[in-house]
Amino acid sequence: MIYTASPLAIFIFILFVALVLGVSFFFARKTKSAAGYYAAGGTIHWGVNGIAFAGDYLSAASFLGICGMIATVGYDGFLYSIGYLAGWVVALFVVAEPMKKLGKFTFTDALDHNMGSRAIQLTAAISTLVVSTFYLIPQMVGAGALVTPLLGLPHWAGVIMVGTIVVIIVATAGMTSTTYVQFLKGGLLIIFSTVLTVIVLMNGFKTKPQENYHNFKMIHVTQTADNQLILDKGAYKYSDETFEGNEYKIISKQDYHGMVFYKVEKDGIQNWWLLNERGGVKFLDETLSVVKKEDGAVLYNGETKEKEKFYPVGHFEKIVMDGKEVESTGSLTPFKFLATVQSSTVITYKIVKLQDGKDSVTLYYLKPVSGENIMAPGVKFKLGEKSKPIDKLNFISLMLALFLGTASLPHILIRYYTVPSPRDARKSTIIAILAIGFFYILTLFMGLGAMGSGVLDVQSDNMAAPLLAKFYGIGIFSIISAIAFATVLGTVAGLIVAAAGAVAHDFIHKFLKIQSTDEKKVFHGKMAAIVVGAIAIILGILFQGMNVSFLVGWAFSVAASANLPAIVMKLFWKKTTGTGIAISIVVGMVSALAIILLSPSMYLQYGKDPLTAPFGIDNPAIISIPLAFLALIIVSLKTQKKAKA
Amino acid sequence: MGHGPAVDWGKDNASPKKEKLGIILFIVYLLVYIGFIFIGVIKSELMKTQVAFGLNLAVFYGFGLIFFAVILGVIYNKICTKYEDTMNKEEIEK
Repeated sequence: MIYTASPLAIFIFILFVALVLGVSFFFARKTKSAAGYYAAGGTIHWGVNGIAFAGDYLSAASFLGICGMIATVGYDGFLYSIGYLAGWVVALFVVAEPMKKLGKFTFTDALDHNMGSRAIQLTAAISTLVVSTFYLIPQMVGAGALVTPLLGLPHWAGVIMVGTIVVIIVATAGMTSTTYVQFLKGGLLIIFSTVLTVIVLMNGFKTKPQENYHNFKMIHVTQTADNQLILDKGAYKYSDETFEGNEYKIISKQDYHGMVFYKVEKDGIQNWWLLNERGGVKFLDETLSVVKKEDGAVLYNGETKEKEKFYPVGHFEKIVMDGKEVESTGSLTPFKFLATVQSSTVITYKIVKLQDGKDSVTLYYLKPVSGENIMAPGVKFKLGEKSKPIDKLNFISLMLALFLGTASLPHILIRYYTVPSPRDARKSTIIAILAIGFFYILTLFMGLGAMGSGVLDVQSDNMAAPLLAKFYGIGIFSIISAIAFATVLGTVAGLIVAAAGAVAHDFIHKFLKIQSTDEKKVFHGKMAAIVVGAIAIILGILFQGMNVSFLVGWAFSVAASANLPAIVMKLFWKKTTGTGIAISIVVGMVSALAIILLSPSMYLQYGKDPLTAPFGIDNPAIISIPLAFLALIIVSLKTQKKAKA
Repeated sequence: MGHGPAVDWGKDNASPKKEKLGIILFIVYLLVYIGFIFIGVIKSELMKTQVAFGLNLAVFYGFGLIFFAVILGVIYNKICTKYEDTMNKEEIEK
């Protein structure tokens, strides 16, 4: 889509980033020791820590990704909200209390407690690095997606900007400053998401979401015996005007899995239309198209980008409220809002990639989906009678990864140690659950609001929530986008601290046994932060356009596979040995990574046909977690003697 | 040699009881969570059944899982604090 920046947006954005940097530098001056750098010296108030927990957790994925996914596939996006929150149950009830007893800085410290195994030190440090990097990718992609409409900059510019600012924050500060940054943005994100949700409810839905919303065209057609089309009268969705179908000329047609797309020309401009049948009558419906020509030129709906012919989407086919079809709902209560979506028909968009001679064509065609289906699982994750066993496995695997992933994220657990007492630690987790739970409920309203407000960019669903805000005014849009950007900054900072801890503390200090002064340790951490930041920038650019929540799902899978079996068995099974833990981390991490790299979604990313991917599932957890458990049990049993000796 | 815990939280006599409570609450939540996945996999049509206020089971169950986690968290915190108060009397700050 085409975005132009507004001066107000730029002003608010700069103000926010300056505020974040200011907070960061202020607390940085207080951080001198290694304990202060990695765990804030245990001085943070539990209330602040609780909201900071929420700030850590409500990353770009939650705000941008979940809202975006709900806006495009409905309830299936909300599954992420449910799973992410459920993950807190594992973290709080199972891992937090026993982990706290060990009272260590990092995962590696906790796993290596009373073991002194170099294999654990190495593998756990690597797993922290890999998981942090995986979790960094969606944050960076989110940053890139944000700056485009906010500042009118390209994706890569946003990624580099976040990377640089965060490295500055982390390299100068540490855990104390990231905690306050997280507190600030966590709190603001929840407040302004509530404001946006209230605005959405007050405005309700309209069949024509905006005054200048695209007036979709359709052409009645007659199919001749030899399958030729005759274009009859044309009509518009939002007006009674008609036009002559013969103004358009069919150039070519392409079949795609039972659908037929026609390339049509009018006034020298070529567009793609889809043949549909409604009530026994055949129509050509216009689609959105992005055509990459052989010479590298890109056409949006047949014209250059500057012509701005590539319109946003997101509307209702029909709105049914209290059993009656209406044009506009007026303001709605939360339950009425959800019930109205459920009884209405929503227009979603589907993506098709075609090859037209030497041109690569990406088509976005509109598809009506009943509200009944939108408000239940099954639009993205195929469920129900027609689904294949592999589809069901994919769904179970995702829910498993989300459930078990939270407790396995290195940057979440590290925050547990930043308060003065166990009671405070627990209280801050409760504050976090409350804040996060409330926010996740809001995601459903923001996502569905975006779905019916005609604001969606078909090329990237990550921007649904900020674009929804833009629909209600540039002020709230700028604030929300700036908070989301600060969200990315905060999360990335937290992750980089965790990754830097893995390298400097676990690898250099413990594994390589290089003894160094406190100052030197902090220096190593900062150097590591810069390297990890650079890697994250590169990956953030490569993964442009993928839904960030989907990417976080992968990070959760890798985290749950590599770390969870090790930590759970270490805490609850006395026979666990150091070698068992190390092998379990390797098996979990490698199997999860292998399945992801060979998954249909990655094949699409490589530019290959996803149907040819060796693994039919996108989410590895269901295979990699049991594998890691199994590896730990077998190896631990085999190495019992050595452990006792 | 590591450089010890980041924060010294002292000895906690209530720890084993808190751990046990945590596991019990986890299992309770897990069963409800599995129920959700089970319906999704075995009989996803059931998710579309109207329950109340014009809303279906999917919305109710989903919201329910979120509220349930929060409620269990609050209960856990209350009971843990009680354990700590009775079992760590001498260690509580006066």
